[in-house]
Amino acid sequence: MRSTISRRSFLKGSVAATVAAAMTPPAANAGNALKSIDGQTRPLATLIDIQKCIGCEECVYACQESNQAKFPEPQKPFPKMFPKRVKVSDWSGKREVTDRLTPYNWLYIQRAAVTIDGEEQELTIPRRCMHCENPPCVKLCPWGAAKQLDNGISRLDADICLGGSKCKQVCPWQIPQRQTGVGLYLDLMPSMAGNGVMYKCDRCYNRIEQGDVPACIEACPEGVQTIGPREEIVKQAHALAREINGYIYGEHENGGTHTIYVSPVPFDQLNQHIETGDGQPHLKPVKDMMADGARWTRAMILAPIAGAAAAFGRFYKGVKETEK
Amino acid sequence: MKLDTLVFRKWTYGISLLLLSLSGFGQMPIFKRYYIADIPGLAWLAKFYVTHEIHYITASVLLALVFYISFDFLLRYNRGLRLSFSAYVKIGMIILLVVSGVLMVIKNLEGTRFSHGMIIGLDLVHMGSCMGLLLVSLYTLVMKKRWVKPVVSPSTR
Repeated sequence: MRSTISRRSFLKGSVAATVAAAMTPPAANAGNALKSIDGQTRPLATLIDIQKCIGCEECVYACQESNQAKFPEPQKPFPKMFPKRVKVSDWSGKREVTDRLTPYNWLYIQRAAVTIDGEEQELTIPRRCMHCENPPCVKLCPWGAAKQLDNGISRLDADICLGGSKCKQVCPWQIPQRQTGVGLYLDLMPSMAGNGVMYKCDRCYNRIEQGDVPACIEACPEGVQTIGPREEIVKQAHALAREINGYIYGEHENGGTHTIYVSPVPFDQLNQHIETGDGQPHLKPVKDMMADGARWTRAMILAPIAGAAAAFGRFYKGVKETEK
Repeated sequence: MKLDTLVFRKWTYGISLLLLSLSGFGQMPIFKRYYIADIPGLAWLAKFYVTHEIHYITASVLLALVFYISFDFLLRYNRGLRLSFSAYVKIGMIILLVVSGVLMVIKNLEGTRFSHGMIIGLDLVHMGSCMGLLLVSLYTLVMKKRWVKPVVSPSTR
């Protein structure tokens, strides 16, 4: 039987494995289990149980530490941008910022003061890339710098990205963040085209490749996140929502994502109590952004048939007229 | 052939080529950067979902027209007419555009995953063939080169 992995089950597994083979590192056990449930190619999703989160930011620091090598080291001074309206985006001097998404902070804790059963409480919500099932950032990147992996991870390739920020503009949550002064654009036309590299959570694709769980999941002391095959995570999310009489976000947003939140408070209410803005994503309902394009694909399939049919019709009409 | 049909074809081809080029280049974040989207009436060029849909719609129109003209030519007008050299060049560009475009539409469908190299290759072929087609079209427009010309039989040479 397949199973999903939470921090808790991961620890339990580690303890059991340690007893069986004292020298086996715990992360390797989690990795093997993740590999076996993943089957290498199944889309993985994470369940985020909001009521478990205590806002300790362990996940934030684990993310920063684990992804340190991927963070930008920009060259300064930055190239002069043309035209002048193009603003540079420099977070290299503000690496310690953790209250929003930045090129150096791919996960942050969003806070909402809400009333549950008449009692005022602060809910804390880990926010990062949702890893959409049909990600606009990947599909609409004009340069092929974004990619979706078979396990559902959306990843921006820092070696290819030119920093045009289109991925951020088409993302329903405006997740990717730009750092100027780094990347391929410096070798092309740095003043005229591009403006750095876009960064966002890549759900520790390299750790998952090695069979480990993402750093944020491993570091969480409360077992807020669970990772596993999407269909099982969705089932778990529904079971949890039934149990706590809660609400789900991310299952259908933007046509479906690989991040499923479960909250004791309706998300529209939660959305009213969180700080939103640049680098601070909302929790509003999101329609499938790629759906309209997909609808026009059908027209594109019919177009050649219609064109050919019209030509044959014209030909047939001509033959009939000749016979008369 | 009635003159109005020819005019209709010509205008449909011209307008769809113009809209495809604008919405295609609009896939890159350049129109806002270079103030073009600030020109009244052109703000849509900086709206990526709008340009994406317009590109699909006009691509459908161009595809229908390409198939109509191709079959029409094969069925009715191949006698006494042959394609000019510039027409062969333009047809080659259009074939490249259509093939790379179809692959890019497939790439955009949910569940389809192409490699970085494949996507970059398709982007370059699509953009290159578009620019080639625009340049050759400009040349044929200025030089008044036609798509077809009469077949010259040996006896009339």
